Amino acid sequence: MSSESSKLTFNDGWQYAAAPESTDHVQIDAEYGLFIGGEFVAPAEGRYFETINPATEEMLSSIALASDADVDRAVKAARKAYNGPWSKLSAADRGKYIYRIARILQERAREFAVIESLDGGKPIRESRDIDIPLSAAHFFYYAGWADKLKYAFPGRRPASLGVAGQIIPWNFPLLMAAWKIAPALACGNTVVLKPAETTPLTALKLAEVIRDAELPPGVVNIVTGAGDTGAAIVNHPDVDKIAFTGSTDVGRLIQRAIAGTGKKYTLELGGKAANIIFADAAIDQAVEGIVDGIFFNQGHVCCAGSRLLVQESVAEEVVQKLKDRMETLIVGDPLDKNTDIGAINSATQLETIESYLRLGQEEGAEMHQSSCAVPDRGYWCRPTIFTGVSQSNRIVQEEIFGPVLAIQTFRTLEEGLTKANNTPYGLSGGVWTDKGAKIFKLTQGIRAGVIWANTFNKFDPTSPFGGYKESGVGREGGMHGLAAYVRLEE
Amino acid sequence: MALSAVKTNSALPDLRRVAPVDEVGVRERAARFQTRSIKKESKIEALKMVLSMIDLTTLEGQDTPGKVRQLCQKAMHLHASLPDLPHVAAVCVYPTMVGVAKKALGNHDIKVASVATAFPSGMAPRQIKLEETRIAVEEGADEIDMVISRGAFLQGEYAYVFDEIAAIREACGAAHLKVILETGELGTLDRVRCASVLAMHAGADFIKTSTGKIQPAATLPVTLVMLQAIRDYYYETDRMVGMKPAGGISKAKLAVHYLVMLRETLGQAWMTHKWYRFGASSLANDVLMQLQKQATGVYQSADYFSKD
Repeated sequence: MSSESSKLTFNDGWQYAAAPESTDHVQIDAEYGLFIGGEFVAPAEGRYFETINPATEEMLSSIALASDADVDRAVKAARKAYNGPWSKLSAADRGKYIYRIARILQERAREFAVIESLDGGKPIRESRDIDIPLSAAHFFYYAGWADKLKYAFPGRRPASLGVAGQIIPWNFPLLMAAWKIAPALACGNTVVLKPAETTPLTALKLAEVIRDAELPPGVVNIVTGAGDTGAAIVNHPDVDKIAFTGSTDVGRLIQRAIAGTGKKYTLELGGKAANIIFADAAIDQAVEGIVDGIFFNQGHVCCAGSRLLVQESVAEEVVQKLKDRMETLIVGDPLDKNTDIGAINSATQLETIESYLRLGQEEGAEMHQSSCAVPDRGYWCRPTIFTGVSQSNRIVQEEIFGPVLAIQTFRTLEEGLTKANNTPYGLSGGVWTDKGAKIFKLTQGIRAGVIWANTFNKFDPTSPFGGYKESGVGREGGMHGLAAYVRLEE
Repeated sequence: MALSAVKTNSALPDLRRVAPVDEVGVRERAARFQTRSIKKESKIEALKMVLSMIDLTTLEGQDTPGKVRQLCQKAMHLHASLPDLPHVAAVCVYPTMVGVAKKALGNHDIKVASVATAFPSGMAPRQIKLEETRIAVEEGADEIDMVISRGAFLQGEYAYVFDEIAAIREACGAAHLKVILETGELGTLDRVRCASVLAMHAGADFIKTSTGKIQPAATLPVTLVMLQAIRDYYYETDRMVGMKPAGGISKAKLAVHYLVMLRETLGQAWMTHKWYRFGASSLANDVLMQLQKQATGVYQSADYFSKD
């Protein structure tokens, strides 16, 4: 690998002035209760936790901590709504409510984008251009399915399951809520959803939207809390289905807990995707794909392209171009419209990432970071690449969930494919080549749920998403996403 | 860097080894530059930079010495009511107008650029192109904007195109050579990249997108591909080559996004009129209007800006 530093200079001369998105239009309450039975209620034990802005470490709001009793209350409300109005409603009417949610989200997109960036640390460009529009798109898409379910399952009678317990992560808070709630409602179920403890705000704002859309009380319930609250949902006997997105470790716990209960489940877990660059690829566009693959959302992406496999003959060129490109990434205030990489979501996650940075160096890998300055307060990690690593390095094997890329080389297609599959994960992958034949060979050969060719991190409500192996069970999105929320009768 | 391991600029590069270009990816990247928000002092700085990079252009069959003299006056005195404005980089005219422009500009350090080589089609015998270039230089042109033979390029006669550029380069003597690829006639971004590589290896000081006579003229994606070719050539040879998008850039905001793209692709070294130009006729007034707005807070009517 070349250790030669860039011949280009990016950091002096003309700079972009700060262009912060205004927060004037955003209303965040000092305290949020639990959204149960169509209204915000105080938690039974009266306990609250703080949610902070990871870019400033300032407190944003005080959030109710749901106990077992609160979860029980939420599940009862969901059951009552299911038995009551929701399962008796015509499918077209169910769709109507989901369309309402989609439209209100669109109308309030700017507000949601700002809150998502405040609470989670992601750049406003991403929350504005990706998270929020895609969330609305998911509601629109599944609203359309509500009265067409029999076409999704020809010859079968799809029936709703009942109460769905849904637990979502902190990397795409609103989007994950949309991925979970939209298909559940379209298929006629009611919902108890728990957002992650570091990013509850947009889910609570979504509760307001659901209330404004006049959904029957109890159809969607949102309970906030940490692992214990999640466990209470998983273990509740009256929950018919568990949908979880998060770490593989927690996924294992959930599988163990619900074994033999008859609860249906979908798990979307970790990943360590390979982004494979062949010598005949469009190199400059591949470099963009590498950047998008690992630095999108600070690398807090389960399908991130966190392993780069680059064919040896172009490795030096690719790494040099990647280093140049990293110098142009703007790290800082998530609300600045020019920010490319925002804040790490929490102090805990930053610690995890930093422990991997140390580990990588201890294992003898060469670390390179962009030279950008980062703010004094808040949680930050410069975009980082490791070269000189192999399959036996832990930074190659384990999910880091940060802006950290491990770069390996390969010589032949077969070697690339072997390395790509040599992981317990199988969520996503990327292939970059000018040859269609290679694309087909690789996409058929890589054992992963989503594989992108000459692009990366493209999402659409119509496209199913999910993993092989330890990356999970089941699919979300698209027509496949419906199957997780119905029972098929003959 | 790129595999075309040609170390001198006297040999024809192996164009089969030029990296392919993925059009979808280029368009996505180009669109990203337009999401950069350039405000306040960085906007003013950018607008002034744009002015200093303009090749103020008149290339019409109806051009007369009178018109060219007025254009030169405009080049020297952009807008009297705004102090501290930079002047444009050059005026760009037909060869017959070089003498007029040179005289009108006097000792001013605004350059005179002349198109040559049977602009805009390039459909003339080589000796005529060479002769035209020599005449323009003799008349005092500091810079020559030549067009490549697109027909020959599309036929695959790369050596012909290469030799022609090299010959014109020689005829230019001390004058700088800008090589117009006329990207709107090349059809694909792959060909744009190949033509860029060819022109640089043949000795171009600048590569330029368009004549302005063919649509599409300059676009962000095309310019990005050319900038990336310049960067790879620089890595390979240590020689900097300039870039000139021309045609279709008439709004200040778009020009600023071209600068964003330049900054994030080639970096600071290129951010001067020595290495970057805008070929434009109406861009200057829109930039002036924006600068006036920044100074006073209100937009003025177009009637307050001289149209020469």
